[in-house]
Amino acid sequence: MPPPAPLLDAVTPGGFLLVLSLVVPVAGALLAFVAGGRQIERIALGTMPLGLAIAVAIAVVMRQAGGPLVYLLGGWAPPLGVALRADGLSVVMMLMTAVVICAVGVFARADFHTPAGSAESRATFAFWILLLGVWSGLNTVFLSGDMFTLYVALELLTFAAVPLVCLDGRAETLQAALRYLLFALLGSVLYLAGAVLLYGVYGTLDIVLLSQRAHADPATLIAAALMTVGLLAKTALVPLHLWLPPAHAGAPAAASAVLSALVVKGSFFIVVRLWFDVMPKLPGYGAGQLLSALGAAAIVFGNLVALRQRRLKLLIAYSTLAQIGYLFLMFGLAFDPVSARLSSGGALAGGIMQAISHATAKAAMFMAAGLIYAALGHDRIVDLAGIGRVLPVSVLAFALGGVALMGVPPSGAYAAKELLLQAATETGQWWWAVVLQAGGVLTSSYLFLVLACALAPASEPIAVRAPVPFVREAAALGLALCSLLLGLVHLGAYLPVPAGVRSSSFNLDGVWKVLWPVLAGVALAILLGRWGDRPPPVPLAAAIDRLVRPTRRPVLALGGIVEGADGVLRQWPAAGLSLLLIAVIFAAAMLAAGGGP
Amino acid sequence: MSTATVFGLCAAVAAGLGTYGLITNPQPLRKILAFNLLGSGVFLFFGVVARRGAAAGFGGDPVPQALVITGMVVAFSATALAVALLLRLFQATGSATLRPDAPASADSNRTDA
Amino acid sequence: MGLGFEIGLVVLVLGLATWTIVARETFAAVVGFATYGLLLALVWVRLSAPDVALTEAAIGGGLTGTLLLGAAARLRATEAAAAAERPGAQLRLVAAVLSATVTAGLAAAVLFLPDPAPTLAPAAAANAAATTLGNPVTNVLMAFRAMDTLLEKVVLLLALVGVWSLAPDRLWGGHPGPRHEADPQGAFAFLARLLPPPGIVIGIYILWVSADHPGGAFQSGTILAAMWMLVMMAGLADTPPVSRRLLRLALIAGPLVFLLVGLGGLWLGDAFLAYPVAYAKALILAIEFPMILTIAVTLGLLLAGPPERERER
Repeated sequence: MPPPAPLLDAVTPGGFLLVLSLVVPVAGALLAFVAGGRQIERIALGTMPLGLAIAVAIAVVMRQAGGPLVYLLGGWAPPLGVALRADGLSVVMMLMTAVVICAVGVFARADFHTPAGSAESRATFAFWILLLGVWSGLNTVFLSGDMFTLYVALELLTFAAVPLVCLDGRAETLQAALRYLLFALLGSVLYLAGAVLLYGVYGTLDIVLLSQRAHADPATLIAAALMTVGLLAKTALVPLHLWLPPAHAGAPAAASAVLSALVVKGSFFIVVRLWFDVMPKLPGYGAGQLLSALGAAAIVFGNLVALRQRRLKLLIAYSTLAQIGYLFLMFGLAFDPVSARLSSGGALAGGIMQAISHATAKAAMFMAAGLIYAALGHDRIVDLAGIGRVLPVSVLAFALGGVALMGVPPSGAYAAKELLLQAATETGQWWWAVVLQAGGVLTSSYLFLVLACALAPASEPIAVRAPVPFVREAAALGLALCSLLLGLVHLGAYLPVPAGVRSSSFNLDGVWKVLWPVLAGVALAILLGRWGDRPPPVPLAAAIDRLVRPTRRPVLALGGIVEGADGVLRQWPAAGLSLLLIAVIFAAAMLAAGGGP
Repeated sequence: MSTATVFGLCAAVAAGLGTYGLITNPQPLRKILAFNLLGSGVFLFFGVVARRGAAAGFGGDPVPQALVITGMVVAFSATALAVALLLRLFQATGSATLRPDAPASADSNRTDA
Repeated sequence: MGLGFEIGLVVLVLGLATWTIVARETFAAVVGFATYGLLLALVWVRLSAPDVALTEAAIGGGLTGTLLLGAAARLRATEAAAAAERPGAQLRLVAAVLSATVTAGLAAAVLFLPDPAPTLAPAAAANAAATTLGNPVTNVLMAFRAMDTLLEKVVLLLALVGVWSLAPDRLWGGHPGPRHEADPQGAFAFLARLLPPPGIVIGIYILWVSADHPGGAFQSGTILAAMWMLVMMAGLADTPPVSRRLLRLALIAGPLVFLLVGLGGLWLGDAFLAYPVAYAKALILAIEFPMILTIAVTLGLLLAGPPERERER
């Protein structure tokens, strides 16, 4: 007689779509592998609209059903079997993944193309199959209801992402890929250790069952600490970020877009599942604040170092580090002091909103940077002058993506920031509100840096290396617009958005709220940015410079300290020790909190 | 002190040794070796959990045992990928190091791209 | 016997583990690790997990050891440079303290695990009738948690794609690994002719018998892979070129059949990856045979590495 199934685990109608969303990318990868040659990109591009349609179908069915979709694999109910579950969060993330991958597919056709009559090429073969691998890994992460299946999906994601880093075969990217792989493996082993402990205490790894059985005993809390830290290593949260900048900057443009926009969201999502679904009562106030503190450090750190970069792709990579910080800021904000647990409310909605806005915007930025690199043959920021005239659509895509990330209404990042700010005021955690505003200033600073250089007139006409097909620029622009207009999409059916959040900002107060970070950012960029030997190509630059000159010394000193810290933290021993130290601190914080009843 | 506890402590020590090796030894191949050690420690821990769950006529709980088998295969593929990357890095640069400031390194802000 | 033997085993195992970490020369460390893997298999037997013991001996000790030994031999030239990079004593002390904390945490968890331990063994036993297989681990791998096994095949394939993608562009489509040559009259070539036939039989037998006794697709596939490796290393055959259609078909046969049977479960059974009781055993064997082909070829190719020689036309 099968064990009695918990009430939540009956198969819901439409659950089969969950299976399809996993089967389609996997089948695509298998068929592409065996078909070889020119069929690879055809099969890959054929799976994309199919996958997108399935994601949309799941969204529609879930809205009609009004509750999560469930599917029991093999007909076996947990704890013996594995269940697939799609709730609002999963649906939103799956849609984001499908949209970004379709855009990347369109963008990457020109780079990874087998011309007629030629044999299969290595990069084309690898890229499309790895892309489909990333997609299947991500869908499994978003849908799986079992912590061990999540582990296998995480490994799938890592093995698909690492070769994408060194796809062009250069020595630096090989080293970056190896560092990524080894650190990611350390992270996943720690995650597995935590999962083992959980099974040892509860006899199941199913998320719903664990959430019913979880209580605050030492083994559980140690497991939570290990799993969280392992996942932080895979998400490259400062100070565990040693692998991300060279990996994301060195990969080919389409690969960078996928890595920054999507791959890091996979491990982040598992942290969300762990903290909000499996054990919302257990981490306690201290651990939540610690996670938010790391996020805040990432925001300040990543943005400052981004401002100091000379190369565009590295700047965007460090910007990703900062945006990852936003994602983790929500954990402290979601803590409800009344019930002493993490509440799935506005803060969670804000964090997920930030995740999807960042995905679309960052992919657009990397694509635009890739087009600029392809046109100019380099991506030195100070030498970008004149590119605005040559590739206006790409620069526009970059600008819109950056503006969307900065948090300008109606972008998704603006909505996310509003949700997080509201959570901060409700829980009285004003210090995170300060960090959020600072983040906006810093983001606008390096956006200004790049745009000022790109829009400056060139002293001599630019020789473009190869013509850029419009469809590639359109893909980047399309994603940037998605991010910019995301705030207009009503996601209340999927995300726990509290009622009455939407406030009109078309009044003087709202305009000032958007404007002052921009002005502060401009000043910061003039202070800290590496403009080369020329003065910043900005009108009134001299005037602004005179205004901020008194603060130059301390700000430069701060910048120097942060860059130095980055250099130290990106050494392997320092990063490894930080990893263990953070694990110990998390365990201590959780054990001290003792957890609820 | 039962069988399971003895091996459980063995697993904990193996995991600690693997962690130490992974962090301190600069050579990537030794890191891969340490990762395998750490992994085997975690799997052994899972085995201890399985042994403690012996019931219904089985010598151990079959679910963790199956998960360990899956995990071992995944760990092997990870090792294979890492070794292939390392050998290719050695082939391309003549040295096998993860230090970012090594001559052929990545994220330099040199103005010649 | 009993506890004394186990404690002795643990001391030996941990001694080898320490040797692996502190040995100066990488080659010696790898040899220690391979031995550690084999001894660990004994530990698994004592933990009443014979399937896992087989897997550890085959994959953990055997294949991983071979892979790392080959790499250590090729990387001998880098040993000297590495000595200069060793972190200082304070750093190592901090690392040791933190690693000891990790060990302490895990050890504490072991000692304070709940008693009686929660277990899924009764559920597994109760539901064994659904597949009529006697080996509970095979039941879990192929029936209750078939999704994990399917995903894991995909992981294997992707790792192989990743390894292949490391080849230089001009060598794409070529033969993985160096061309091995062994004295055709020598002992190695003799062994490579002698062992594979019984090895293959044993491998397939382990799969056949895994329905009711310890064994399984992974263990079987590993043995077949080892036989193939033996033949290749003795120079009796060459690695197949990666662009060969038949090779690619062999590599996806396992997951593809698994996927098709799983989808078939929607009509014949009641869900994806469900088996109708009447045909369960037959279906599982139908999945497992292509699976061992795929596993054997994948593991062998993972060991061989990326293409290094151009395809002979």
